[in-house]
Amino acid sequence: MQFGRREILRDLTASLRGRAIGLLGPNGAGKSTLINTLLGFYRPSSGSAQVFGYDIRTETRKIRSLVGYMPENDAFISQMSAVSFVCMMGELSGLPASTALERAHEALFYVGLAEARYRTLGTYSQGMKQLAKLAQAIVHGPKLLILDEPTNGLDPLARQRMIRMIREIRDGNELRIVLCSHLLRDVEDTCDEVLILKQGRIAHYSNLEEERRANKRFLELETYGANGDFTEAIEKLGCECAVTANHMKMILADGIEVRDIYRLAAERDVRIRRLNFRRDTLEDIFMKAMEN
Amino acid sequence: MAVYRRSYGSYTGPLTPAWSRCLVLFRYSRRNLFRSKFQTGLFALCFFYPVVCLCAIYLAHNLGFLETLGGAASRFVIIDSKFFFYFVNVQGVLVFLLTAFSGPGLISPDIANGALPLYFCRPFSRVEYVLGKSSVLAILLSQVTWIPGLVLFAVQGVLAGPAWAWSHLWIAGSLVVAFVIWIAFLSLLAMALSAWVKWRIVAGAILLGVLFFGAGFAQAVNNVMRTQLGDFLNIVYLMATVWTSLFGIEAERAMTVLQAWIAILAYCGLCLALLVRKVRAYEVIK
Repeated sequence: MQFGRREILRDLTASLRGRAIGLLGPNGAGKSTLINTLLGFYRPSSGSAQVFGYDIRTETRKIRSLVGYMPENDAFISQMSAVSFVCMMGELSGLPASTALERAHEALFYVGLAEARYRTLGTYSQGMKQLAKLAQAIVHGPKLLILDEPTNGLDPLARQRMIRMIREIRDGNELRIVLCSHLLRDVEDTCDEVLILKQGRIAHYSNLEEERRANKRFLELETYGANGDFTEAIEKLGCECAVTANHMKMILADGIEVRDIYRLAAERDVRIRRLNFRRDTLEDIFMKAMEN
Repeated sequence: MAVYRRSYGSYTGPLTPAWSRCLVLFRYSRRNLFRSKFQTGLFALCFFYPVVCLCAIYLAHNLGFLETLGGAASRFVIIDSKFFFYFVNVQGVLVFLLTAFSGPGLISPDIANGALPLYFCRPFSRVEYVLGKSSVLAILLSQVTWIPGLVLFAVQGVLAGPAWAWSHLWIAGSLVVAFVIWIAFLSLLAMALSAWVKWRIVAGAILLGVLFFGAGFAQAVNNVMRTQLGDFLNIVYLMATVWTSLFGIEAERAMTVLQAWIAILAYCGLCLALLVRKVRAYEVIK
């Protein structure tokens, strides 16, 4: 994908099948451009892509009928009431007028704008505008929901509500979500796969669920009264160990459970003051991807 | 289940046909337009002259009443191509004012508030968007131009007899063509300005300026350059050239009718190009 002579996206090859996919990257990495290209707003200069099996060059209309899109920037019609606005968007997606009106009310109740649904959008606060954008994205019951920076400009409470709502939508339906953000916490809270972009290329792709499961074998212990005997006993179980003063890091061997560690400690009168599953956070993954 | 108790659910019901979706835009835009009392008043005012013309046609066929007014009045009310030409001129000015107030608000709010991506992320194309928005003006202006014009022609035809109607059928055609070209030009110009100028008041002012100051500017060009090329910048002059030829009115013109047609179509093309360039989900900055 290029604008003039400037290459924005290049060498992108991926197949995304997760229920909730996070699109991460620093500013200018090409996240929004990727979304806009998939929606057919920009024509790719080379290569091909498919959404639900439909080609983005030739079957844009079919793709758009399956997608709900919440753009990053302000997008509304200021002199319209929220219910008219969402209803019109539903009708433009192909819903019959009466159904669109019913679903517009539903969507606005769902996102928490029930009391304010007859107010004109121009009078809404930033948080309310974000919710109205979400309502118009889900009013026609899409199969794929694309959210571009959905928590932009929200206060912590509103952000939490938005994240909770995205999780609810993800868990309760046959709906797939693509969430584009540079806020790692948002992605970590809602997504099970993550695609990290850097300068228009894929820097890292990972399944967060699998990584979380894998990292459950990694333990951090703080002990009192531990000696070489305790470390030796753990190593005999097949676990890898690294000891520094009262701290111990280990990777549990297959078939070994945490209760085995507690048993060994009790037998040797070692007190375990703290035990953590040390897992890579999304921040760790992201920073590694950026370094690479 | 009550609406407020429902949670999010997908939709599996029937969908409306794709061609009907521009009508959605038409419906909402028109509703929005008539929220303004001024707009509604101006629209109603546009029917004043057609009603006057209707009375004139009625009077022209009631000779007894005209005789009581004297010979001058009976000569004044003659229903011919000139009568309809004046009708086109008066209504032409009124619809221009109507366009200046209603046209600029069609696209500019969508662009100012970044709403275009919301339209185009749906199965709804840019062409459908432009068609939907332009149909608002086209239908609104038609209601006060060629439709009442044809009603007047029909009334005259009924009162004067089928022989008159048959021999003057070309007037009906001229009425439709004259107004359609004017409506097409005004709609495209208003929408192009609406797309490029965010503030609707400024867009309206520019639209008024194109007509009123365009003529002055064209005259200045003619005087300074000692040519008649400035006339091509004068929309009123171009349109008048076409209209006089359509109604068979004799007038001295510095350009041929064909030149006037080409110039008008070129302006329409320019407006369309400006519109296409601006009406897109996101602008690409190269």
